[in-house]
Formats: sequence, structure tokens, C-alpha cells
Amino acid sequence: MTRRKVIAGLCLLFALVAGPALAETTLRIGLAEDPDLLDPTLARTYVGRIVFASMCDKLVDISPELDFVPQLATEWHWTDDNKGLVMKLRQGVKFQDGEPFDAAAVKFNIERHLSLPGSNRKAEISAVTGVEIIDDQTVKLVLSTPFAPLLAALSDRAGMMVAPNAAQAGAEFSAHPVCAGPYKFVQRVAQDRIILERFADYWNKDAIHFDRIEFLPIPDSTVRLANLQSGGLDLIERLAATDVAAVEGDKKLKQAQITSLAYQGITINLANGPKAQNPLGQDPRVRQALELSIDRGALNKVVFNGLFEPGNQWEPPGNPYHIKDIPIAGRDVAKAKQLLADAKAPHPTVTIMVPTNPETLQAAQVIQAMAGEAGFDIKIEATEFASSLDLAVKGDYQAYLVGWSGRTDPDGNIYNFAACKAPPALNVTHYCNQQVDQELNAARTAASQSDRVAHYAKVAEHLLNDRPIIYLWHPKWLYAMTAKLNGFTPYPDGLIRPQGLNMQ
Amino acid sequence: MIAFLLRRLALLVPTLFFVSVLIFGLQQLLPGDPATALAGEERDPTVIAFLRQKYHLDQPLPVRYGLWIKGVLQGDFGESIRIRRPVLDLVEEKLPVTGELALLAFVIAVAIGVPAGILAAVKNNTAVDYGATMAALWGLSIPNFWLGILLILLFSVQLGWLPASGFVPPAESLKQNLLTLIMPAFVLGNAIAAIMMRHTRSAMLQVLGADYVRTARAKGLTERRVVLRHALRNALVPVVTLGALEFGALLSGAVLTEQVFTIPGFGKLIVDAVFNRDYAVVQGVVLCTALAYILLNLLADVAYVLINPRLRA
Repeated sequence: MTRRKVIAGLCLLFALVAGPALAETTLRIGLAEDPDLLDPTLARTYVGRIVFASMCDKLVDISPELDFVPQLATEWHWTDDNKGLVMKLRQGVKFQDGEPFDAAAVKFNIERHLSLPGSNRKAEISAVTGVEIIDDQTVKLVLSTPFAPLLAALSDRAGMMVAPNAAQAGAEFSAHPVCAGPYKFVQRVAQDRIILERFADYWNKDAIHFDRIEFLPIPDSTVRLANLQSGGLDLIERLAATDVAAVEGDKKLKQAQITSLAYQGITINLANGPKAQNPLGQDPRVRQALELSIDRGALNKVVFNGLFEPGNQWEPPGNPYHIKDIPIAGRDVAKAKQLLADAKAPHPTVTIMVPTNPETLQAAQVIQAMAGEAGFDIKIEATEFASSLDLAVKGDYQAYLVGWSGRTDPDGNIYNFAACKAPPALNVTHYCNQQVDQELNAARTAASQSDRVAHYAKVAEHLLNDRPIIYLWHPKWLYAMTAKLNGFTPYPDGLIRPQGLNMQ
Repeated sequence: MIAFLLRRLALLVPTLFFVSVLIFGLQQLLPGDPATALAGEERDPTVIAFLRQKYHLDQPLPVRYGLWIKGVLQGDFGESIRIRRPVLDLVEEKLPVTGELALLAFVIAVAIGVPAGILAAVKNNTAVDYGATMAALWGLSIPNFWLGILLILLFSVQLGWLPASGFVPPAESLKQNLLTLIMPAFVLGNAIAAIMMRHTRSAMLQVLGADYVRTARAKGLTERRVVLRHALRNALVPVVTLGALEFGALLSGAVLTEQVFTIPGFGKLIVDAVFNRDYAVVQGVVLCTALAYILLNLLADVAYVLINPRLRA
């Protein structure tokens, strides 16, 4: 054998050995924030849910059309009295540490959500009083009262299952989370990166095409995009609306978008302390005038390049729970002026507290100009977000331009902001209307979607006239990615699901 | 020298005590309740109550200060409420990152600032001097975050030479590490180079007019020797102080640059902690930074004495 042949042979051998290593594929995702605790029971941030979507499967998932679809549970049904949810579990599922997923694991997880100190899930599933194990692959969630939003909760963090043994091991679980999803946790460097690697025994492994996923929190949207443009990232979330055109003009990139479940609006102090004592807080005609002075379409065009969805309800148009009979009222400055005159407040002064986010501040300025034409003297109070939250809870505000990130079930978008018994930390307007309460409670217990929509329509009749919140727009989830990335589907909940994602 | 060092070290204790009170007190002035900020969008009252109790937020201020200081004295700086990690772990993780960035920025600042200052002084009132002064003015006036974004757009997006942001530890890949740090280090070093240039220039101008320099020239020494051996050594005294202070400022002041380039260092840690009302992290990081600052000042004083033997008396 000549020396040349030996070298060629060695090269071939090296290529065979090194081949798989070189072929390892990594998907790098740019996040807008650094997630908080990586424990589904304790976690609270939206961005954390994006990481969970790759790591922790849920009992049920949602489709892009917001239907519930199987994930760890393959089928389910409500008991006749609607006080029990029976779920059949997927067979052969393993947690990332090898522990089998079964009915006992579901019982452990639901009980953990309900009992772990500091649990952020307890309130979401508080109607559950216990979990009965019917057999290894069947559980029954027992409820104190019918609670329709439960399934939606189980399609989010409350439905994520962590490995019982790992969760009971004693060490800080959030530092080494173990779930039953497609990728397992490898490493986290705070504020820098979260690294996950493919879980070989994932039940749906054929849908997974990347070996690793790296999440990199990059708060500045310009820098996030620059990283994508320079090839440092493959996919970014929360692309700035003003950057969509740049992405569309770049052949190496593409974008995806979907209307979110979130809303943004003006929350008005109606009864939360002395600051509510002003024409806006006390007279519904002044609130109606403010709403009529705003042109939502123009606001959307000016601030968001027309990309977002104008709205007048807590659910976006197109959502099954959007009340179609109540369309967005057009701008009517003359009527607004008349209403102010009737309320004997032709030039009311309104201070709007606005979190220090450039887009929201810009929207506030547009509102200021529009409402000014109707006679309002709007003063903008730019306040850092955590401080604004504190002031709102204390009632130290007149109006607050703020949003809600949205929930799959409509109950999550309305109950805590409008019910008399809602936590005062959320219902910061202290709005309370017995008829609204009655309908909200009825919508919680009604089983069919059509019944629930009927109750929410009645809620809307009252609420949209009382106007504790003037709903303005629904943001869109905007993503940008390398043109080589295939299989990306945007979902209304904004989460990035790794199933089906692959690189050309 | 030893007595001097001991005296200075003894002064550390009251200084740090004062700093600790200041950090703790100032932080309380921040509006916004940490428990509400950390309870998430849901703001569940039971979660808020749990967080208040767990992190002693329901205790009076002096008790909370006492608990914190007691922990600090035992080497326990508390834990981050947001991610439940010990503050010291975070400091240990972030300090080398900011330290490396600061060092690189400092090297860039000295490499540009000192020679430019010498040159401007030697070529006083010439085009070289004006050019250097103008460049310094530019360096001082240009905002870090703006320069940072421009550099990213040029070197990462347009030319594709450098990564746009992030950090790779040197142990993982030294080349990648330097590639990620070169832009932020230049942005940071650029402003300090300007300050250094101006200080070196004025110190040199003063020294170059001194009698002993004239004597040195009269002795027939070359201009190069006069400048580098005789003038520079004396001119460097204020520059060294400035250098130490600026290095301290770099450790705590890389805030904007770290934000723009997403470098997981001290600056980013502290900004995120302030926004999240993660009190223990803010307190721990500021205390460590203050300690570093004080120690660097001490080092500057020692360097003074070493450079200028007349101060030893």
C-alpha cells in the first residue's frame, strides 16, 4: 500500500467518524428577553414559555386555529356533570431522565401546581380539587365546580409535565429542569444563552430535525435583527413592526406573522381611590367621547405601519369568542364634542400613564393629538413598567395605556379585569357590575362554545358601554428567519414549536 | 509604604459600610414593589404574599438591612429572586466577562490615547495636534450605544466580518472570544482614549516646559530620549490615576455597551436586576463594584509612589 493510499484511507476514516459530528445541526433563536425560572409551576414570563415549548410537552396543545389537539393526552371528555375531566394518556412516553410518563406522574404534577409555595399555576387550575388515577394511562381531574377554561390552562404551563423523581430530588429544579418534550436541558448562562439538545427517546422524534436549540436573549430589536442578518441567528421573535419591510427586502430572510391573543387598551380608573374622581373616571359619556375621538385604523398605520389589528374587545377579530355584533365604532369628533358638552366637561384634562416603551409612547402621542381635537387635554406620564404597575395597583393613576399578553381561553382575557371578586392587583379600575359578574361566571361553567359566546356577548353589551378599558389594538407576533428555515408555523399564543422545523 | 497600605486598607471598612447603606437606602427609593414586579403578569395575591415573606420584603427596612449585612459578612449575598441563583455565583460568572471587556477596552484606550497625547504635545499647535484634539473631541462626544449600533451594522450586517453580539468564553474559543469582544472593547475604549489623550497632552505640555527638561535638552540628549525618558515619566503620574479610575469606571460603566452588544457581564446584570427589582442582585453587584473601585484607587496610589519616588517620603 502506497503512502498516498494510506493517507486517503485515513482521510476517509476521519470523514466517516467526523461526518456525524460535523452534520450536527443547531437552531439559534433570538429572544426579546431573558426567561425567568425554568420550572413550569413557578415560571411567569411569556418568553419562558417559548423555551418550554421545546422542552416540556403539555397534556393538550392548541392548533393555529385555537382548537385543542392531543399532545401527552390522546383523548379526553368531560363527565356528565362537567365536574370531571377524564384524560387518556399517550403510551410509551418517557421523561428526559428515562422515568416513564403515566397517570401517577400527572397526579404528581397537578398536585405540585396546586401546592408548591409560590406556584403561579394554582390560580389557573384552582377549580381542581383532586386527581383520580383510573388506570396507568387514564386520569380524572375532579373539579369543585364546572370550569370551562381548564382545558386551555392544560394547553399551557399548567399542562406541562415535569419528571416527578427529578422534581423531588431536592436541588433547585429550575436549574436542571426535566420534562417530556423534544429537547432536554443542557446549560443556561443567565442573560446569555439557554442550550437544549435533542431527546433521543422523544415520543414524536420524527418531527424533530435539529440536534440542538440555542436560545439567545437579545433585548434590542435592532441588534436582534442584525444578528439574524449577519447569520448569528436563524430565527428571531418580536421583530419590530418598523423592520418588517427591511426583512421583506432581504432575499436571505423571510418573515411570518399572526394576530396574537393579546390586547392593548386604555385602562381607566373608575373607583380605585381618589384619583378616580375626575370626569373620565366618573362619567361614561366622557369615556365614550375619548373612544370616539380615536381613529384606531390611523393609529395602527402611523405607529405600527398598519401591521397590527385594530380592536374594540378583549378578543381579536377572527377569534371564536370575538363578538361580531359589536363592530369598531368609527371616529366621530363631532359626537365626542357633543358628549363632552353634555357631560359639562368640554375640555377635560386626562393624565395617561404610559410604560416607557418607544412604540407605546408613540401611540400615546397619537392618541393625545386625536383626543385633543375633541377637546381633551391629554398629559402623557411616561413611567418605567414596574413602577407603572405599582402605581396602577395603588390607584395612583387616571388612565393607563397598557396591555395583556392574552390567554387561549377568553376567561383569561376578561375575568380578572372585570369581575367584582377579581384580584385588585389585576382589576386596577375596581370595576364592578353585578350583571357582568353573573355572565362571566355563567361563561365559566357553560360547556358548549356557543353558550359561552352568548354569555360573553352579554358581558360585552355592558362592559363596552361602561368602558373600564377602551380596547385599541391587538398586536401581531412578528418573526423573522433565515430563508433556509422551513416548517415554521406561527401560533396565536406566540410560542415557537420546534416540531417540523428544518433547515434546507 | 506598609503603614500607608495598612492605613488605606483600614479605611476600606467604613467606606464599604457607607456604600452598603447607600446602596440599600437608594434602592428603596425606587418606585415599584419587587413582589408585584416578580409575581408576573398574573399578579396572584398568594404568590405576592409568598414572595414578600420568602425574601423578607414584609419586614421593616432596618431589619432587612441587618439580615442582608449579616449574610454578606458570612459570605452570603442572598439569591436572585428572578432566577433563584446565589448572587455570588452570578458575580463570579459575570465578573470575568466584564473584566476581560474592560481590560481590552483599557488596552485600546492606552494604545490610542497615550501615544496620541504625547504626539499632540510634542507637535503642539500643528496639524497633528489639531487632528488629535479633534479626534478626541469626537471620541468624547459620540454616544456609545450609537457608535455600537453603527459598528454592528457595518462590520456584522454589511461586511459580515464580526459577530453582531454575544459572548464566547475564551476557554471555548479564544478566536471567537476576541471576535465578539473587539467591537464593544473599541466602543468602550474609544471614549477613554479621548480622555487619556487630553490628559496626557496637557500633562506633557506642562512637563515639556519644565526646567529639568530644558536641562536635559541642554545636555544634548536626543529629543526622543528627553520625551520618553524624562518628560513622560513625570507626565504619567496624573495619567495613571486617571487610568485606574477609568478602569474602575469601565467595570461599572460598561452598562450601555453591554446592553447593545448583549454581553452577559456586570452592566447587563445590574440593569436587568434594576428593571426586575431584583434587590439582592443590585446590592451584591454594586457592593462588589464599589470594592473593585476602591481597590483600584489604592493600586493607583501605590503606582504613583512607584513611578514618582519623591512621593515615598
